This record gives sequence, C-alpha cells and structure tokens, in this order.
Amino acid sequence: MVQPLFIALTLSVFLGKLAKVPSDGVPYPVFAYCAMVPWQLFSQALTESSNSLVANDRLITKVYFPRLVIPISAVLGGLVDFAIACCVLIPFLTFYRIVPTAKVLMLPIFVLMTALIALGAGLWLSALNVQYRDVRYTVGFLVQVWFLATPVAYPTSVVPQRWQAWYGLNPMVGVIEGFRWAILGVGKAPGHLLAVSVAAIVVILGSGLYYFRRMEASFADVI
Amino acid sequence: MSSESMNSVVIRCEGIGKRYRLGQRQRYRALRDTLTDALRAPFRRLRTALGPKPAGGSRGLEFFWALKALSLEIRQGEVLGIIGRNGAGKSTLLKILSRITEPTEGRAEIRGRTGSLLEVGTGFHPELTGRENIYLNGAILGMTKREIERRFDEIVDFSECGRFLDMPVKHYSSGMYMRLAFAVAAHLETEILFVDEVLAVGDAPFQKKCLGKMGEVAHQGRTVLFVSHNLLAVDSLCSRAICLHEGKIVMEGQPRKVTSSYLQNWISATTEVIYDDISTAPGNERVRLHRACVRPLNGSPADRITVRTPFIVEFEYWKLVEQNTLELGVNVYNEHGIHLFNTWCSGGPTTPAGLLRSWFIVPGDLLNTGAHRIEFAMEVAGGIAELHFDNLLTFEILDAGDLRGLYHGDWPGAVRPALKWTTEPMAAPPKPASNGEQTLP
Repeated sequence: MVQPLFIALTLSVFLGKLAKVPSDGVPYPVFAYCAMVPWQLFSQALTESSNSLVANDRLITKVYFPRLVIPISAVLGGLVDFAIACCVLIPFLTFYRIVPTAKVLMLPIFVLMTALIALGAGLWLSALNVQYRDVRYTVGFLVQVWFLATPVAYPTSVVPQRWQAWYGLNPMVGVIEGFRWAILGVGKAPGHLLAVSVAAIVVILGSGLYYFRRMEASFADVI
Repeated sequence: MSSESMNSVVIRCEGIGKRYRLGQRQRYRALRDTLTDALRAPFRRLRTALGPKPAGGSRGLEFFWALKALSLEIRQGEVLGIIGRNGAGKSTLLKILSRITEPTEGRAEIRGRTGSLLEVGTGFHPELTGRENIYLNGAILGMTKREIERRFDEIVDFSECGRFLDMPVKHYSSGMYMRLAFAVAAHLETEILFVDEVLAVGDAPFQKKCLGKMGEVAHQGRTVLFVSHNLLAVDSLCSRAICLHEGKIVMEGQPRKVTSSYLQNWISATTEVIYDDISTAPGNERVRLHRACVRPLNGSPADRITVRTPFIVEFEYWKLVEQNTLELGVNVYNEHGIHLFNTWCSGGPTTPAGLLRSWFIVPGDLLNTGAHRIEFAMEVAGGIAELHFDNLLTFEILDAGDLRGLYHGDWPGAVRPALKWTTEPMAAPPKPASNGEQTLP
C-alpha cells in the first residue's frame, strides 16, 4: 500500500515537477498514482506467480493437485493488496476534487485484464523457473523494463501516433489507459489500443497455458 | 457392496517405467546456457529446450530406471503391501499412481478418488493454528470443507492435540505436529489411499494407534496401497503384498509369504564369514576377527537349522595383546527386528594372546521359525568396542515339521520354547443331583 504511494510521490517530484512530464491535464500526483495502483497489482502478481512453483516445491513433490492452482493463487493474492491500494485512491480523488463518472463501472474489466496478463506471463516464467533457475533473476529486470514501456509515469499521448498500434502490443498500455479513463475521465475511451491489448493478452495467456500444461508433468521430477 | 464392485479393478498399470537422469540434479540448468546454445544451433536446441522431456541418451547422460516394465492390477478393497529395499522403486510407484509424476513409458489407470499420504505434514503452515491447519491440510489432501467439518472432532480426538488447537503450529512439539498431520491424513475419505511409510511417527502408543487406524481403513473396503519397511505391519494389515527389486516386481502373493521370502532372498543368509588374511581382517592392533559361524551342533554352516536343533555360534579371533581382558557380546534379532536376547562372555584377565575361539550353544526348542540376525561386538581394553557388526551373521530357522498336529498355520510368537505341560486331577466331579431335594439358589 505504501509502495505505490511513495513511487507515485517520487515520480511527481522528479518527473511531474522537475522534468515537467505532461499529465493529460490532471494533477500529476493523481495521474501517476492512478496508474501505480494497477501497475503494482501487475508487478506483484507477476513476481509472486513466477516464483510460486519453486517456492512450493514440497507440495509439488508430495501431493497431487492441478498445478495451475499455484500461480493462480499467487495472482489472486495480489488482488488483496490491490483492494487496499484502491481505498487510498479515494482521499486522493477527494483532495484533487475529481469525481469519477459512471465510467468507473468499467474498472473490473481492466482489473481482470491486469490479472490475466500477470497470469499469462507468470505461467511462462514459473514453468521456466522450474527448469532454469536463473529465470528468477530476470523477473525483476523484466518488471523494470516493462514499467518503462508502460505509460505509468507519462501519458500515452507522448508516443507518436504511428507507433501507437505497436505500443499497444504491450497489453498493460491498454489497461493503464483504461484505468485513467475510467477513474479520471482523461483521454478517449481506449478503443483500438484496447483491442490490440486484448489480442496480446489472448496470445500471452494462451501460450502460457499451453507451455505450462506441457511442462506440468515433469515439474515433480525437475523441481 | 456387491461382489462385482468388490472385484472390479481400480488400478491397472501396464508396463510402466520411470527413468531419471543421473547427475543432472547437481546443478540446475541455466536459461542463459540454453539460450547461448540455442543461438549457436537454433533449430536443434529449440526443440529440446521446449519439450517436456528432452530426448537424450546420445548426449552422454546417464539414466537410471527407477521402475521398469511394471504391470500390476489392484482390485477394489484390496490392501496391497509394497516392500523392497531402499531404491527399489516403491515410492516412485506411489508417486506415479498418485499422479505426482508421470511414467516415462507405459500407462497407469486409476478409477476413483485418490488420497495420498506420502509425507506427513506437507502443507502445514507454521503461522496458522492447529485448527486452521486441519482445514488447510485437508483441502490440500483433497477433502471438501464439509467433509473436514464432519470429521473435525474425530481428527482432533485422534491427534490428542485438543488443548493446543488454537495455537500456531510453529509452537507445537514435533510429536504433536506429526500427530496432527497424521490425524488429518488418516481421516481422508477417498476410495483409494496411498500410504508411504508414515507409520514411523510418534511414540509407541501413537504408532500402535496409527496401525489400528490403518487396519480400520483396510476393513472399510477401501483400496489401500501401503509402502512400509515394517514387515510386521505389512503382514497384519495387507491382503496381498508385492516385493520390488530394482524397479520390478520380484514376488507377489500372500503378505507372510512375500515378507519372509523377501527376508530370505534379498537379505541373504550368511552363516559363516572367514577372514584368512590377518592383516586385512576387521579389527586393529589388539584384536582381529578370523572367523564367525552359526551351525547346528555337530553339523556344518551349510546344514539346516530347525526349531528343534540346538545350534552353536562360534567366533575365532586373534588376540594380539597379552594383558587385557576380553569381552564378547551378541544380540540376536528376529526377522521383525524384535530383539530376542543378549548374551555376553568375559574372557577373563588370564586369556593368553593368540588365536582364540569362543562359542555358545542355543538350545533347540527355543527360537521360532524365520530369519534371524546376529549383532556382534568385541572389546579388549575394557569399555571400548574394538569390533562391532550390526549384521555379522544371518540365518534361517526352519520348521521341524513335527509337533504340529493338524495345524498348518504359522506359529505365533517371537520365541517357541518347547514347554512341558502337565495335567493332573484335582477333585472328583460334583455328583449329579439324585432327587427333588435340590432347591434353586
């Protein structure tokens, strides 16, 4: 809960105040925090699920149950923190006198998307982690790179129009845009960006599931 | 339960084999290595990197078959004991049947809900209380919340942990922890239950309780696969037993037959050991063993020992120091690991140096049939064991075939002394009442 708050504040000071990064017309702190909340859910769920199989190696070698339960529960665990972080958003909005509109009802869809992206990537990484133990070191790195490639600290509008479709291949772009749109009412309804994101989610999740199921049988032997 | 469902096959294994790679586990593969390799030869490596089991063999890796071409059928309601030495493949078999791992070849078919007790206490969370852990562990083992609620009191009762139920299990003693874990697992209501060596928890009374529980489960008509080194438990609980050796079934049948033949064949009888070379014989500069044997009195070590024959146990050894006293001790155990007796001899301070022989005679009509093992220890300097063998000699005592009458079952008991019974008259029988004078009491 404290972590997204502090990162949002740091971003506000250095990027919002000093570097003068645009924020689509809303105060930068609320602009950044609004994106930090789903981002935190994503990064936590991804990190936790990537390590989940290796962390539960005793269970895997001793009891049978569908192995998918492990990364899924890691992602669900992230939702609890997410709920708390959402509560912090309320005083933020009150302070800046932003009243969410009915668009806020779209939020669950974006939350679901976040969870699915994290799960898709988490399935890949957790299964790879069983086989190759150095994967765990790449997770932190991956999250950092992904953070910079996602419009958390800056608005999507800084990305040139002709690259937007490619940009949307990062499914978190559509999600973060969606969050800002739903809560702050900035930007336009994420139409084509979201479509690209959904397609990317389907690919990540589908391939992750496929790889995971394929490797599942050997987990107990390799772990 | 109809006889038809009683006899339906619930587990069928057809030629299952499980191969493990040797030497691969020392170091985990690094993705980095695989990626560098992949860059060098992208297409060849990509296939092996993404496949679940890289087809190896040609790359100089060593393989080990934990199970090989094993076929097995288990019917509903059977309690199958699985015995065998360490590394025979017992646990691998249970792991395959409980779907934790997949066989490399062949297939296993299982009908019905399975539950496995492969390791007691798996999935206990140290920060949660006993009560919470019962639910957590039950869920992991495959019980529904309703099932756990219904049997909650029974579980608590069985575990003898009632007073500590609301305490985090990290504060439990290891005995309490194990008891609670076993209690949860023992109350699984699955149709097929896999049990791997879990009876080795707790103190003697609790172990007895566990055995009792297993017996109860076995009599409920549920199918149980039971791996154990406790041959007595296998004898008493199971309706059938198999013995594994190097991943294959080498024996199958009645538990008593399988367990005793396992002892005979796979723990081979050694009725004589001889060390000819004094410089390499076990021992040290004070004493060296030369020969040990067990043989029938007036017979050779190759002769049979029956329950009737007195037999002699002899030790020949070099005593290489003059002054010290000498002590020899022997423990005799039967095939169930029961310590039958201890005997020792003190050579006294006057024993001279040189090649010595010590022996004792076990009278006939004392020990029961079965495999026996002799543990031997020897001291010279007083108090320090110079030589110690857990398993110096093993021998089998056979049934003499007489004295049995019509009874052909096994003679129970750790020993079988021939005791003389005497019957003598004590008083004349009461005279039957002759007329109506007798009154009712």
